[in-house]
Amino acid sequence: MKHLLTVADLDRGTATEFLDEAERFEQALLGREVKKLPTLRGRTVMTVFYENSTRTRVSFEVAGKWMSADVINVSASSSSVSKGESLRDTALTLHAAGADALIVRHPASGAVHQIAGWMEQWAREENRAAPSIINAGDGTHQHPTQALLDALTLRQRLGDVEGKRIVLVGDILHSRVARSNVLLLNTLGAEVVLVAPRTLLPVGVQGWPARVATSLDAELPGADAVMMLRVQAERMNGGFFPSAREYSINYGLSERRLALLDDDAVVLHPGPMLRGMEIASAVADSPKAAVLQQVTNGVHMRMAVLFRLLVGTQEVAA
Amino acid sequence: MAVPERAARTGAGETSQRHTPEWVAAGRELLSPSDVHRTVARIAHQIIEKTALDSGDADAPHVVLMGIPTRGTTLANRLAAKIEEFSGVRPALGSLDITLYRDDLRSRPHRPLERTSVPDGGIENALVVLVDDVLFSGRTVRSALDGLRDLGRPRAVQLAVLIDRGHRELPIRADYVGKNVPTARAEDISVLLSEHDGHDGVYLHQEAQA
Repeated sequence: MKHLLTVADLDRGTATEFLDEAERFEQALLGREVKKLPTLRGRTVMTVFYENSTRTRVSFEVAGKWMSADVINVSASSSSVSKGESLRDTALTLHAAGADALIVRHPASGAVHQIAGWMEQWAREENRAAPSIINAGDGTHQHPTQALLDALTLRQRLGDVEGKRIVLVGDILHSRVARSNVLLLNTLGAEVVLVAPRTLLPVGVQGWPARVATSLDAELPGADAVMMLRVQAERMNGGFFPSAREYSINYGLSERRLALLDDDAVVLHPGPMLRGMEIASAVADSPKAAVLQQVTNGVHMRMAVLFRLLVGTQEVAA
Repeated sequence: MAVPERAARTGAGETSQRHTPEWVAAGRELLSPSDVHRTVARIAHQIIEKTALDSGDADAPHVVLMGIPTRGTTLANRLAAKIEEFSGVRPALGSLDITLYRDDLRSRPHRPLERTSVPDGGIENALVVLVDDVLFSGRTVRSALDGLRDLGRPRAVQLAVLIDRGHRELPIRADYVGKNVPTARAEDISVLLSEHDGHDGVYLHQEAQA
């Protein structure tokens, strides 16, 4: 495996291998005095973020550093991107500077695929190995490592993902997390339910491997997990719902709604959380919420991904 | 620190050609099932003698057996049971996957991680006995020593192997050896243990059909 661009590329076996491997990394780091493995010594990993991020960027950075890779963070605002450098030139520059992997977040859907395509072409022309490209979120399209760490969290909390009913709530329209999760959870055999106001459902949602519902109250009993999504105000160029208060009343996870859930159900949120709107503060801090476990799993999952993509014979074979 | 063993999921390393029945049938038997049993018992006696773990002395070292997956871990389990049977003292058990410490990661196919576990109490100031099935180039042991260093600082590290086949590439030797087997480079050794392969035995092969 060279790049990780979309969860659509993962079959059930490969996805399960990623989950297993992330757990092995967790075990490998357990009770350790020195949280540093020599595995990626001498490799250079660059994160290129055209959008702000705390969790994803930091966990990739920690994952790389714990495996002794040299990690360099590039953000759009502090790089030549702010001077007008094109995406292609930035990517080629970073590769020419020695990146073995580029971890890219971009506001445009498909941008990361585009970079992978340029890199492959460049590598063919130069007869050199292309760097591995990892999608850390592109527009409203995909965020594969998020879906993998969510699946890992669900598996740890629920024992298994297969056959479980997972309810995704909120801004499905603008959410790459939702798109990635629907695909991956379906691959892993879960039943996925989407709950959102009609205005925040994408065109063609009927074709997704998920059931669509509009009443959150009706879906909570019997759900094994509820995944709350952030309302992506920065992507909204109009009124998608009358007011934050109304959204909160209809689709927010309040304490009253939390009580509708089964005792062993789990609440996920990819962060950042808008407390009081999508999720009540008391719910976010309740034992049912797995938000911080998701973050911890994120580090282990990203270690697994870097390990899988950067270690192996692919360069020798090429 | 009980981490559930997931046999079904960790099986990836078990399917190597080295342990298929046809391959075993084509090899020469070096140790029979009873030989394996006896050899493990002998190593257990040697560990008791050399470490004096049953002396009851306050200065006696805290002995930790660290198996190197997959078969080293199984051997460590068996050794711990034997040591307890013979001495009444059960040594602490752990396993140490060396995949992340290999120095040939770039030139080998991806391989999944195996189980790593550190016994309660850790390895700080303990006498750690690394356990593996075959000692060959010594590179696995070198990786294991690196791995141990990240887990803590043992008082001493010893090495127990079922088979020493020679061809060392590093200055490493075992403290406990089940059987020395002079081999040619082109030959291969496979250690079979009933927990993984249905029966015990050690076989020597020509690496012809590779």
